Amino acid sequence: MVEHIAQPPAAPAEAGAVLTLVEAVRAALWEEMARDPRVIVLGQDVGRKGGVFKATQGLLAEYGPWRVLDTPISEAAIAGAAIGAAMMGLRPVAEFQFADYIHPAYDQIVNHAATIRWRSVGGWGVPVVFRAPFGAGVRGGVYHSQSVEALYCHIPGLKVVVPATPRDAKGLLKSAIRDDDPVLFFEHKWSYRRYREPVGGPDELIPIGQARLDRPGRDLSIITYGVGVHHARQAADALAAEGLLVEILDLRTLAPLDHEAIARTVRKTSKVLILHEANKTMGIGAEIAAFIAEELFLDLDGPIVRVAAADCHLPYNAAEEDAIIPNPDRVYQAALRLARF
Amino acid sequence: MASEEQSRASSPTTELVVESASEATPLDEGALLLRIYRLAVLTRAVDERLWIFSRQGLAGFVLTPRGHEVAQIASALTLRVGHDSAWPYYRDMAVGLTLGVTPYELFLGALGRADDPHSGGRQLSMHLSSPRLRIATVSSEIAAHLPQAVGAAYAARVLGQDSVAVCWFGDGATSEGVTHEAMNLAGIHRLPVVFICENNGLAISVPLALQMPIASVAARAAAYGMPGTSVDGTDALAVYRACQAAMARARRGEGPSLVELRVPRITPHSSQDDDSYRSEAERAAAAAADPLPRLRRELLARGGWSEEADERLVAETRAAVAAAADRALAQPPPPPERARRWLFAGDPPHPYLAQLERAGRAEGDRHG
Repeated sequence: MVEHIAQPPAAPAEAGAVLTLVEAVRAALWEEMARDPRVIVLGQDVGRKGGVFKATQGLLAEYGPWRVLDTPISEAAIAGAAIGAAMMGLRPVAEFQFADYIHPAYDQIVNHAATIRWRSVGGWGVPVVFRAPFGAGVRGGVYHSQSVEALYCHIPGLKVVVPATPRDAKGLLKSAIRDDDPVLFFEHKWSYRRYREPVGGPDELIPIGQARLDRPGRDLSIITYGVGVHHARQAADALAAEGLLVEILDLRTLAPLDHEAIARTVRKTSKVLILHEANKTMGIGAEIAAFIAEELFLDLDGPIVRVAAADCHLPYNAAEEDAIIPNPDRVYQAALRLARF
Repeated sequence: MASEEQSRASSPTTELVVESASEATPLDEGALLLRIYRLAVLTRAVDERLWIFSRQGLAGFVLTPRGHEVAQIASALTLRVGHDSAWPYYRDMAVGLTLGVTPYELFLGALGRADDPHSGGRQLSMHLSSPRLRIATVSSEIAAHLPQAVGAAYAARVLGQDSVAVCWFGDGATSEGVTHEAMNLAGIHRLPVVFICENNGLAISVPLALQMPIASVAARAAAYGMPGTSVDGTDALAVYRACQAAMARARRGEGPSLVELRVPRITPHSSQDDDSYRSEAERAAAAAADPLPRLRRELLARGGWSEEADERLVAETRAAVAAAADRALAQPPPPPERARRWLFAGDPPHPYLAQLERAGRAEGDRHG
């Protein structure tokens, strides 16, 4: 099952501190709460326990029970209260324990957070961050493994952010908290503690809506996000042995998409593989493929390829889960075929 | 409908909270009743005009509070406008008029005009919104605003403000799961929220007996550690006192309350409803419970109000409402190229809303 590893409380991170992704999330929360008394954190187990993944550990002791609220198991009320508090001047960060359990709050996010500014002709705004760990590969079964990001990319009025690296997680979460509109912030739990890297200091904001060129290349582009970036890196290393230079574009933000960055990489390599762990049908990849087909048709030198989950729920047992979700080898095989097209 | 006695008997903690004598402000009942009555006459005049617009095909969707007026006005009068936050639902036209929304603004909304300061003609009629008056934007969705009101009360606590969040909803809303979640959260933290249920006994067509297994909405308050009270929503003074008590309790930091106001629904649910599920007798009973004639009789009986004054008030109000309607009719619809504006922060302000907000601030400065 999912790892619940106890960690020492985080102090504010200094620039250059080497952190895991979950530590980077905690550092971002810590710094933003220190900077702005309007920032509050609410959700199940975020206080006394410090979050089931320890993303909020230490915040209760530092900022007190009114700014770090342990809620009942009431996802719709967590989202709804965050929305109402935001309308009255706070900057709430609502945590859902797993993205799988954000569904009871879907109504509040989609029918309200997303619509309130538009339906009040700009009269009211909803500066809320809805955070949730998501993603598979941790043998969590159908209720601790889902990738739900595409559901929110379909809704006008929402921003959707999925950091792949600790540095991006910190800088993007700080931007999300300072954003005047609702942001869905999905953190891939498989990559919570697998990678460390130096993160930025308290003033490093990574802008929402900008993709990051993770690795420059020549022969084909892998457009991906979240855990896909790590799979793509492994596949690209293996492809380098075949003499292929793979470009990796980490989208970082799924709504709004960075169309310019997508266009740049397509024009450069002319071959595109889109990778995500979420289900293939009606997914992010379908949207990116449609954009490329509509706007960049003449820049292509091969079919657009998607590597994604096999349109299935996610099982607890490893054999079936591994059969469903992408892995570096599957990315490698698909990329090799595309390169040779 | 439940009697007050029934609702009190359902649980020892479900009882009417009476404001302590030291906190009670002397109430000029006659002046209060007249104020409520003037607003009720205004509401009725707008209401009647909206149904005409509906039949003329000028307003695509009309939904009015006929029968709920006194409950809405008397409860809304207990707010400090612009300080306490108001979380009405779509039948709360009279809440809006009481807090300072004008008939002209309501008509702009019902007619889908560009200047509609609530939604720029984007939402169905009566979906109020006013940052200046602290009226949250109303949605069409039942009960979704309850947890939002609780969040507003939570924000007041965090920010150290003594603002109360007042949330109106119908009996139908009490069957939504989120109502339980919201009241539970408010009860746990003793948040300054007043939940006001306008119980007209019908969720469109579904009668109370098919909505809940108990007789009183107020009885549910016990489950959330808050007082619940059920009053006749056509009795202006009873409504005012019950809501005042709940507001005072919230301001004292003692937590939320649930006030059930029993009201008739005199019209169909909306212009899209034919009311065919009610018998003639049921519809007649609702019409007979109209709070306006009752309030008029009470004012006349108390003295200080005359038939002549009443006729003058009704005629003047109708004329003013007709002028507001004509003015709204002359306004243009929104420019189509504006459709995607205000999806995100950073767009230029809505011109008429910005004008109202500026005027409101200037007025606040004069008073403040």
